[in-house]
Amino acid sequence: MNDKLYKIILFVAALIMPIVCGGVVYALVTDAYDAFEHFGFLKFLSSSEWSYTEGNEQYGALPFITGTLMTTLLALIFCIPFSLPVALFVGEYFKGTKVASVLSTVTDLLAGIPSIIYGLWGFYTLRPIIMVLNISPQGSGVLTASLVLSIMIIPYAASLSAEFIKMVPNDLKEGAYSLGATRAEVIRKVVFPVAGSGIFSSYILAIGRALGETMTVTMLIGNTNNIPNSITSTGNSMASIIANQFGEADGLRLSSLIAIGLILFLITALINMIGKIMIKRARIA
Amino acid sequence: MNKLKIKHRLAQDRLMLWGICLLAALTAVPLLAILGEVLLRGYDQLSWSFFTEPTPTAYKAMKAIEADEPIPGGIANGIVGTMIMLGMAVVVAVPLGILCGAFLAENSKNRFAQFVSYLTDLLQGTPSVIIGIITYIWVVVPMKGYSAIAGSVALCIMMLPLIIRSTEETLKILPASLKEAGLALGGNKARVMMKIQLPAAFGGIFTGVLLAISRVIGEMAPLMFTALGCSLIRFSIDKPISAVPLLIWEFFNDPNLQELIWGASLFLLLFVLTLNITAKYIAKKWNQ
Amino acid sequence: MESITRILEFKKTCVSYTKQTMAVKYVSAAIEKNTITAIMGPSGCGKSTLLRAVNLMHNLYQNIRVDGEILLNGENILSMEPIDVRRRVGMVFQRPAPFPTMSIYDNVLSGFALNGIKLSKAEKDATVERCLRSVALWDEVKDVLNKKGTFLSGGQQQRLCIARALAMKPDVLLMDEPTSALDPIATKHIEELLLQLQKEVTILIVTHNMGQAKRISSKSMFMYLGELVEYGDTETMFSKPSDERTKAYLTGKMG
Repeated sequence: MNDKLYKIILFVAALIMPIVCGGVVYALVTDAYDAFEHFGFLKFLSSSEWSYTEGNEQYGALPFITGTLMTTLLALIFCIPFSLPVALFVGEYFKGTKVASVLSTVTDLLAGIPSIIYGLWGFYTLRPIIMVLNISPQGSGVLTASLVLSIMIIPYAASLSAEFIKMVPNDLKEGAYSLGATRAEVIRKVVFPVAGSGIFSSYILAIGRALGETMTVTMLIGNTNNIPNSITSTGNSMASIIANQFGEADGLRLSSLIAIGLILFLITALINMIGKIMIKRARIA
Repeated sequence: MNKLKIKHRLAQDRLMLWGICLLAALTAVPLLAILGEVLLRGYDQLSWSFFTEPTPTAYKAMKAIEADEPIPGGIANGIVGTMIMLGMAVVVAVPLGILCGAFLAENSKNRFAQFVSYLTDLLQGTPSVIIGIITYIWVVVPMKGYSAIAGSVALCIMMLPLIIRSTEETLKILPASLKEAGLALGGNKARVMMKIQLPAAFGGIFTGVLLAISRVIGEMAPLMFTALGCSLIRFSIDKPISAVPLLIWEFFNDPNLQELIWGASLFLLLFVLTLNITAKYIAKKWNQ
Repeated sequence: MESITRILEFKKTCVSYTKQTMAVKYVSAAIEKNTITAIMGPSGCGKSTLLRAVNLMHNLYQNIRVDGEILLNGENILSMEPIDVRRRVGMVFQRPAPFPTMSIYDNVLSGFALNGIKLSKAEKDATVERCLRSVALWDEVKDVLNKKGTFLSGGQQQRLCIARALAMKPDVLLMDEPTSALDPIATKHIEELLLQLQKEVTILIVTHNMGQAKRISSKSMFMYLGELVEYGDTETMFSKPSDERTKAYLTGKMG
């Protein structure tokens, strides 16, 4: 095989990515078009009706956008108090030791558990606890889904943050110690400021994960098509309404579900892009 | 006063250390809780027939429950379906992913390669439920039906970016001297890639493939609109087919079959975690 | 009276990384107040290790043991709180490393911020000006105090790091090859600066540059394989070294 043919083969193989990604966008846009045309783009985004009575079909994405944003935001809030300590444990306090690698393995395994099993655990273990504690009568809802979601994103946030914490130059830390700082002070005033943008970007990518998580949320959020009015009430996320109704939908409802898929795709793509760009910048600096 | 302040700061320092250890240790709790629950509840369901027989009908299961007997049948249809779809996905995704990864590693400065690299990130971050929708539009609609082919296309799309990235990264960290030595000996680029670079990168790429498999094998969302599920053990690729995560979902939604959830989950969990640990182990060995 | 001039004293100080090997072996020496003492020796002789022990830097890493005594104003620092010792003993490292997220102004004051000490605006301004003047950096940076320190040249950054250490008013300033990453002109500036500074602070400097030791120090130590081979007036050591090994090193036959 000569160099030219080799180059062509590699190039053709690489074409698969533009073809697939182009195909994804094209298919989503053409199949979502009906819904956008029928309801109007802004109306679709801002309407909270979701009814499929024949002759008077009304579909709007607002409850699901709200549901997704609520679960993601709550999951992020619950995840920080655990992922940040894990990152400091692995990347600073016990850097390079056996205990640190044990903890890394634990988080790696957490990342490996399929989301449907997280869903089962949430349903059969966490949901009864929520009911017993009288937090919400039915047990499922935004809060329950967010709690499990937060466990699922800990590994992503923690391992990436740890990487940036490890990268803080020893020169700077020793400089701070030589001025009489305690370890806690060095972490607060040197490690966090220096690794800050990297840590921040790892949380952006964790958000990207949480946004599209499907089965866990579907099993725990309660699947009601309303805007959740509190964190304990039930609802649906963009991914869970698709999982719930895609199989039985056709016509305008199918197109509306695909439109929700398109919105979800665009939001995740945007968040991931911001995260990746920030990470690249943080790595250079 | 100075002494007091130092004491206060040292106490704060110690508090932070213990707080961090405590919170970090707490993250192990969900892992142990999940492993424990699946293990304890699924353990006694595992038997030979659980792996060789297909799922019972809801009626059969109901009869067995009424008679206070164990539910007959197992998850063989799911295991066969998972293997078939995974096999087809691997056959396409691995060579294509390696070639594409090689392209990215060889042309890192090129505009088109940077674009492809960006798209790889994009696809990797795309929620799996959307991959399901896409495959439904691309494959299920034109073929006028759910099928194993559709399921494997979805898995293939999900695996591609993972394989591309691991190939690219492994090839990039190989010493440049390796490639130069090969070229200096008169080999052309293709031969150097096939005979020197790829074999040297084998460990890293293999790890990447194993991790990609472990990522998609538990995926449920992209299969529900593509493979659909089926209660028979099937080997035809143009008909609906089952998969282990699809079965778990089915059991979850059918009160009569709920007892089977844990056996199926235990099987899936052990499979995924074993793959994960094997991949990490190979990566570690290979790095030394 | 004599005890006052002995600001720092090593008494059979040993540092070991592993059980078998000692990086510093039974060093005993007394450092006089307001002098510059140079520590010389081939690389790996334990000179940096000895210096870092004075600032208890070994406490940051596991497995490093320090035995014997190191007295600061008659008090054994090995049994004191590290954060207390480090405030009284400043340190300047080989590579200049101002805190990249802080402005020049905040870098000078970083010791206070790190120790949680609150200063009034006037105190802050006065400290910054005093310290930057004493490292001869004030005129160069007084208009850009709010810029990040990382924009400065290597020599300026190192002077900023010295200012940062001086701000805490340490009794002793430790310098670990502070000019090895700098060009000759910046090195000359720093050397001139150190001669000025010895009026306010006692300086202990590790250097592998014999010329530098000769130019700035009044006392010198020569270390070899972890042992303190010779310690005395710099002039005497350079003109009449008493040990064969010192002689070999100074004439370039070693290291």
